[in-house]
Amino acid sequence: MMELKTEPVLINMGPQHPSTHGVFRMRVTFDGEVIVDMEPVVGYLHRGIEKLAEERTYTQVIPLTDRLDYVASMTNNHAYVLAVEKLAGITVPERAEYLRVIMDEMMRISSHLMAVGFLLNDMGAFFTPLMYMFREREKLLDLFEMVCGQRLTYNYMRIGGLSHDIPPEFLPALERFVQEMPHFIDEYDQLLAENEILLARTKGVGVLSRELAINASASGPVLRASGVSWDIRKADPYSVYDRFKFQVPIGTAGDIYDRYWVRIQEMRHSVRILEQAIKGLPSGEVMAKVPPLLRPPQGEAYAHIESPRGELGFYVVSDNSIAPYRLHIRAPTFINLTTLRDLVIGWKLADAVAVFGSIDIVLGEVDR
Amino acid sequence: MTTALSGQEVSRQIGERFPDAVLQSDEAAVVLRGESLLEVAQFLKTTPGLEFDYLASISGVDYLDYLEVVYHLTSMKNNHSLVLKVRCWDRDKPSLPSVVSLWRGADFQEREVYDLVGIAFSGHPNLKRILLWEGFEGHPLRRDYL
Amino acid sequence: MEMMSVYSSLELDRAEGLAIDELIARSQQPIPDPDRWLEEERRPNVLITSVDAVLNWGRRSSVWPVNFGLACCAFEMIATAVSRFDIARFGMELFRASPRQADLMIVSGTLTWKMAPQLKRIYEQMPEPKWVLAMGVCAISGGTFAGSYSVVPGVNRIVPVDVYVPGCPPRPEALLYGIGMLHQKIAKDSIAVKR
Repeated sequence: MMELKTEPVLINMGPQHPSTHGVFRMRVTFDGEVIVDMEPVVGYLHRGIEKLAEERTYTQVIPLTDRLDYVASMTNNHAYVLAVEKLAGITVPERAEYLRVIMDEMMRISSHLMAVGFLLNDMGAFFTPLMYMFREREKLLDLFEMVCGQRLTYNYMRIGGLSHDIPPEFLPALERFVQEMPHFIDEYDQLLAENEILLARTKGVGVLSRELAINASASGPVLRASGVSWDIRKADPYSVYDRFKFQVPIGTAGDIYDRYWVRIQEMRHSVRILEQAIKGLPSGEVMAKVPPLLRPPQGEAYAHIESPRGELGFYVVSDNSIAPYRLHIRAPTFINLTTLRDLVIGWKLADAVAVFGSIDIVLGEVDR
Repeated sequence: MTTALSGQEVSRQIGERFPDAVLQSDEAAVVLRGESLLEVAQFLKTTPGLEFDYLASISGVDYLDYLEVVYHLTSMKNNHSLVLKVRCWDRDKPSLPSVVSLWRGADFQEREVYDLVGIAFSGHPNLKRILLWEGFEGHPLRRDYL
Repeated sequence: MEMMSVYSSLELDRAEGLAIDELIARSQQPIPDPDRWLEEERRPNVLITSVDAVLNWGRRSSVWPVNFGLACCAFEMIATAVSRFDIARFGMELFRASPRQADLMIVSGTLTWKMAPQLKRIYEQMPEPKWVLAMGVCAISGGTFAGSYSVVPGVNRIVPVDVYVPGCPPRPEALLYGIGMLHQKIAKDSIAVKR
């Protein structure tokens, strides 16, 4: 029998690509159709946010943080103001805390809708699930526009509270949304969960083991789908999360299907948190007494929250001036990407696209 | 609630095992000597009662006299956290040992600190620039980069 | 972690880094916007007015954009393309993945120097006639991030731009208005003038 001599081929899945969720590049080495090596190249959206933050006052950094994970801007704002409030020792009024939780959970639903929609888009269901998910997302964006006037990058939270109170028509509209949403989630689940193509492409593919997930500092749905019960809202509660009753879905197998399932279940639990928060919303003011040009005492603080993609942390160092001395952003998707190479080696190209979609990255956060 | 461990308490435990590894310690953080980082990290990861199995974040800061790298460690089992700091006084060719062999999550974060602050990590399998392009001169997050 | 391929990744990185440095050196001045459509002397010949009218109607009624979403503005571009703000009523719902099949490049998001050679390459791969729409303040002038060490201060340093749509991010209605202006610009075109 003649032995065919083959050579590995280096193919570039370049920064401009329909299924890379932004400007992400993978240099993949193939042996036939099977992947033997993969190198992710990032940095195509590196805008120098950490350096720019050193030249702006503490409040002027908030619009910069919006543009990090631009799909879930409220949670970025929340993490940053938590870090500065921890540094300066400011207490936030209760109404502001409840409103922050409401905004965070709405953001979580919106972000997971987008994540699931794009995962299915990458797997070939070109645009139909995405259109369905965006139908709900547009309702949420309308609610956000009612509150702060913007659809995508909100700039709503301030150090010490929120920038202004919610208008009176917001709560009835939110209650209507919360009543309808479980039916829509059931509709998506029913359409997608038993689909043969989805099951064949996602069950058993891209399995991330428990030990590797903890060792590689993965966080968010990627970590929980591998069976690790670690959610910062339960383990290290911030804001008023310790007053709400909710569960955190934990997967078992760590494959793509489990990551998809964890996101759908998290949407359901977010709706429940929203119901409890609306019922318990106290009255009062929404902003603490903070000087206009804040000068925190010298020191440093690290605050982390559970953003829809994982543990988002801000490390702020201050030297008692009006601008931060150093701002470092612990980006969850940047660190989740460490596992990508191990997950795709040995699989085919189509699986690589599906695995990559299930990790759900946003390039603004990876590259900062 | 994740308890932040007191730096003095942990440095006492480290000091029993590695006598001259700790430079200073206070309520918030433990400052280590650069050469002993790897063995102290191994000790912190494996000792029962400490068991820091999750590396939350690595940041590089440029204080003008020295360059500092801050490690935030978390233990999922015991639900406590710790802050470790290591300093480099050499600004031309700073170098520290890499902790990738203990925590894989340090891979990309150390490359980012090398890229933006300029500290080289010895023992890292693939130390090259990650966010900026190869051939970029300088390290932007240093205070003397304009 | 050894690479099994023919090239080492460090060589590839160095070659690309050189290309980026050369592009930075060449792009110190903005490229002037195409303003042929303002010229008064190019009166089209009587013979070709109906040909022009039909061609321009055909070209502007089905402009196909190429997938070039960079950052946050990409999400408003996608929101324009889905059912609420339906871009399909203008014939533009087909976002082509390959630049060889596209007419319009909507640059949505911040352009960094590391990405700039790829932008130039995609622009050069598009066949004539082609147009560029700069969406969002980051594409127009660097936006919130102007002054950073790695952000291109405006896409018009690299490619000539036809329509600018300001906003951070611009609402889908604003993007549709910008596309309407592009259609008006295409309607004034003529085959008698060499591009």
